[in-house]
Amino acid sequence: MHPLKRLLRRSVNAVGLCLLAGAALAQTSTQQEALHAINRLSFGPAPGDVARVMRMGVDRYIDEQLNPERLPVPSPLAQQLDTLESTHRSQDALIAQYRQALQAVKRDKDDAKAERRQMVQALALESGEARLLRALQSPRQLEEVMVDFWFNHFNVYSGKGLDRVLVENYEREAIRPYAMGKFRDLLGATAHHPAMLFYLDNWLSVAPGYQSARRVPTVAKSSGLNENYARELMELHTLGVDGGYSQADVTELARMLTGWTINPRKGRGDSAFYFDADKHDRGTKQWLGHTVANRNQAEGDWALDVLAAAPATAHHISYQLAQYFVSDKPPAALVDRLAQRFQDSHGDIRAVLKTLFNSPEFRSPQARNAKFKTPYRYLLSSVRAAGVPVSNVRPLLATAYQLGMPLYGCQTPDGYKTTEDAWLNPDAMTRRVNFAVAFASGKLPFARPLGSPGEDGGGLKRDMKMAGGKFNPDWASAPVDYDALLATLSGAISADTLAVIQQSEPRLRASLLLGSPDFMRH
Amino acid sequence: MHRRTLLHTAALAGLGFSAIGRHAWAATGKAAATAAPKRLVVVFLRGAVDGLSVVVPYADSAYYAARSSIAIPRPGREGGALDLDGRFGLHPALAPLMPFWQAGQLAFVHASGSRDVTRSHFDAQDYMETGTPGRKATPDGWLNRVLGSLPATDGAAAPTRAVSVGAVLPRIYAGPHPVANIAAGNGATKLSLLDRPAIGAAFDKLYSRDDKLSGAYQASRQAHAEVMSSLDAGAMDASMQAEMQAANNGAPLPNGFAEDASRLATLMRNDARVQLAFMALGGWDTHANQGGAKGQLSNRLAPLGQGLAALASRLGPVLDDTVVVVMSEFGRTVHENGNGGTDHGHGNVMWLLGGPVVGGKVHGHWPGLASTALYEGRDLAVSTDFRQVLAEVLQRHLAVPSTQLRDVFPDYAPESDSPLRVIRT
Repeated sequence: MHPLKRLLRRSVNAVGLCLLAGAALAQTSTQQEALHAINRLSFGPAPGDVARVMRMGVDRYIDEQLNPERLPVPSPLAQQLDTLESTHRSQDALIAQYRQALQAVKRDKDDAKAERRQMVQALALESGEARLLRALQSPRQLEEVMVDFWFNHFNVYSGKGLDRVLVENYEREAIRPYAMGKFRDLLGATAHHPAMLFYLDNWLSVAPGYQSARRVPTVAKSSGLNENYARELMELHTLGVDGGYSQADVTELARMLTGWTINPRKGRGDSAFYFDADKHDRGTKQWLGHTVANRNQAEGDWALDVLAAAPATAHHISYQLAQYFVSDKPPAALVDRLAQRFQDSHGDIRAVLKTLFNSPEFRSPQARNAKFKTPYRYLLSSVRAAGVPVSNVRPLLATAYQLGMPLYGCQTPDGYKTTEDAWLNPDAMTRRVNFAVAFASGKLPFARPLGSPGEDGGGLKRDMKMAGGKFNPDWASAPVDYDALLATLSGAISADTLAVIQQSEPRLRASLLLGSPDFMRH
Repeated sequence: MHRRTLLHTAALAGLGFSAIGRHAWAATGKAAATAAPKRLVVVFLRGAVDGLSVVVPYADSAYYAARSSIAIPRPGREGGALDLDGRFGLHPALAPLMPFWQAGQLAFVHASGSRDVTRSHFDAQDYMETGTPGRKATPDGWLNRVLGSLPATDGAAAPTRAVSVGAVLPRIYAGPHPVANIAAGNGATKLSLLDRPAIGAAFDKLYSRDDKLSGAYQASRQAHAEVMSSLDAGAMDASMQAEMQAANNGAPLPNGFAEDASRLATLMRNDARVQLAFMALGGWDTHANQGGAKGQLSNRLAPLGQGLAALASRLGPVLDDTVVVVMSEFGRTVHENGNGGTDHGHGNVMWLLGGPVVGGKVHGHWPGLASTALYEGRDLAVSTDFRQVLAEVLQRHLAVPSTQLRDVFPDYAPESDSPLRVIRT
C-alpha cells in the first residue's frame, strides 16, 4: 500500500474511533441522572448499579428495563424460585387444597385447624419469598416495580377466606404477565381471577330471585345482587371516583356481571373462573347511557372493553402512574400527555411508561428525591444497597407488618397509597431507624435456614420477635460494610449528612447511612 | 440501669429536655390549681358499620320486613337486642356497654352522617376526616384543626397532646399541628435500639434539622419517652393498679383493640396533657354473611364493646372529663342483599360515651324505615349532620370558641340546626 494511503487510512480509522467514542460519551449520564433513574425504575441501587447506568446512559437503561424479556434471570435466583413448590400450583389445585382443609376442620376441629393454619402459613411464606426474592435480586427491576404498582391498583387481601391461598397465583397469573402489556388484558385477567371474584364478592352475585337447584346450601346464601365488585371496578380499577357514573350505573353493571363465579370443576383447564348462565340476570340493563340487551358473559367482557377504552380511565391510570413515578402531586400537563398516549396506544402500558420516563417532568432535577419511600421500598432499598444475601425473608415480612404495610395485607380494595402523607409519621421514622440499626449491625436472621428447629409455623408473632429480639448468631448476616455501602450510595447522601456520620463511631456509620433522612427519600 | 432512668437519660442527652414525663409535669404543681383538662377520643370504624344492627330499630316493623335473615330479634327473644328506650335496642354483642347506658354515660345519635351522596368508602372517610363533605382539596383533618383551636393549658406544648394509635397517621390528623402516633400492640411500651444512649445520640444529631423528617423523628422520640414513663408500672400508685385490675377482673384482655384501648386509657390517665386521641378499627364492610345476633358482624362488635368498656373503666375518674365518639363513614342498605349481607348505604348511628354525655338517650330525629322515608329508596336517611354532633362536643365539652369552630368545620353553620344537647351543661 502507498504510504500516504496507509497514513490516510489510519487517520480515517482514528477519526472513526473518535466518532465512536464521542457517541458513547454523548450517551453516558451524570451520577445524579443515573441515580434518579435507578431510584424510580428499580427498588434502589445495588452495588455497582450507579456506575453501570452512568456508563450505559439513562436512555439505554430505561430501554433495557422496558424490555424485561431481554434480561435473563440469573440462575441462582431462578433456582431459588424453582424450589418454592406452591408458586407453581394451579388455581384449581390451590382451591381444592383449601376446600379439603376446610372439610377436615368440620370433621375434626382442633388438629385440622392447626393443620390448616400451618398450610396457610407455609403458602404465605412461599408467596412472600417469591415476591421479595425477585424484588431484591431480579435484574428486571422495573417489572418488579410494576408488579407492586398493579397489585396495589387491583388489590386483593390475603386475610380473606379463599384468598389466603390464592394471592400468589393471582399475582402470577393476573398481574405479572401483563404488568407492562395492555391494560385491557390486565383488567380482564383480574376480573376473571377467582381471587378477585372472591375478594369483592362477585362470585356470590346472582340474578334477583335466583334459586339454587342444590338442596344443600353452599357456603354462602346466594339469592341476589352484590354490587361490591361492580362499584370498585369503576371507582378504583378504571374510571375513578369522579369518572362520571351514578349509583344506578353501579347496580346495572353488577347485574351485567351476575353469573361470573368460581367453579374449579366447570372452569376451563386450570382456571376456576366459570360463567354460570343460570345465575345471570337476563333482563335489559341501562348502563352509562347504553341499553344492554342480554348477551350472557359477553356483557361483562364488553363492559370491560368500554371501561378500558374510556377517557376517564386513561386519565385515572395516568394520574396514578405519574404520582408513583414523578411526584405526589404530579403536574397536570404530564398527566394529560400520558392520558393521550394511553388512548392513542389503546392502553399500552409500556408505551405510556416510555412517554413518562422520557418526559421533561420525570427528568427534571425537581423530581429527584421528591418521593418519600413506602415501607416496602425502604426495606427493599436497604437490603439491595447493602448487597446482603437473603435466604430467609421473614425479618422483612415482619418489619413490613410493623411499619403498617404487611405484604398482601391491605384489607381495603384501594391498595396501599404511595404518598408521603400516607407514610411519614413519627412512629414510622423511629421504626425505620430501629430497622436500619438492627439490619446494618447484622442482627437480623437473614441467614436462618427455613425449616430449622422452631422455624416452621411460628407465625407472625415469632417473626416479629426475630425482627428485633434475640436470635442465634449463626443466623445473622454479616454487619454491613460502611465503605462499600457508601460507594454504592455515593451521590445519594448529602454532604451535611455525611459530615455528621463521619463524626460518629465507626461501628454506627452503616446504620446511620441507612437510617439517614436522605435514604428515606428516593 | 433502671429502665426509666435509662430513658430519661437518653431523652435528656439527646433533646436537651429539662422536664419530661408525668412526674416532671406533676412536680410543677399546677395540676391542682387548674381545672382538669377536657379530653376527646375518636374511634373510627372503617368500612361502614351497619348501624341498624348496632342500635336496632326494633319497633319499626319495616326493619324486620327488610332483613329476613340478619335482623336482630326483638328484646326478650333469643339473641334479642338489649332494650334501650322502648324503640331501640343494642346489639347483644355490645352487652359490656349496657352499664354505661344505665349510668347515663352512653348515648347514640341515630340517622346521622354526612349529607354527601357518595357511597365510596374512601371518599366518604375522607370527607368525615377533613370535615368538609364534597370538598376534596381540603389539605388537613378536622382533629388537627381542633388541636389548633383548643384553649391553652399547661400541656399545650406537649408532644402527646394529640395521639393516634397505629402505624400510620390518619387523614383526620393531617395538618400543621404535631401529633404523636404510638404503635398498636405492645410495641409502644418496649425498649428499642434507639433507647441505647450512643445510638440515640448519634441519630438525634442526624435528625436535628428543621424539616418534616426531623420533626417527625423528634416527635416520636419524645412521645416514646412520655409513653414509657406513663405506662411504666412502677409509676402507678398501688390504688390505681388495684383499680385497674378490678376493672378487667384480673382476666387477660381478649384482643388487640381492647389492649390498645386500655393502654390508651392508662396513658391518658397518667398524663393529663393528652387531650385528643384517635383509634381506627376496620373490618365492617359486610357485603356477605353478615350474620345476626351471632356471626361475622357480631364477632367484630364484641371486641369493640369490650374495648370501649375497658377504655371507659380504665379512665376511672378521668371519664368524667372525657367524651368518646364512635363514628363510621356511612351506613348500610336497609334491605339485606342476596348474600346475607348489606351494601353501601347512607345514614348511620354515632355513639357517644363519657361523663359529660347526656346519656341513656337515643338522640336525633328518627326518619323511620318506611320505603317513602328512605334515602334514594334504599338507605336510612341522614337527619343529623355528623358535624352537628361533633360541633356540640367541641363547643360544649372542649370549650372551642364559636369563632374557631368555623375554622374546624368551615362549610357548616351550627345555627341552621336546632341543638341536639348531647353534652351536659
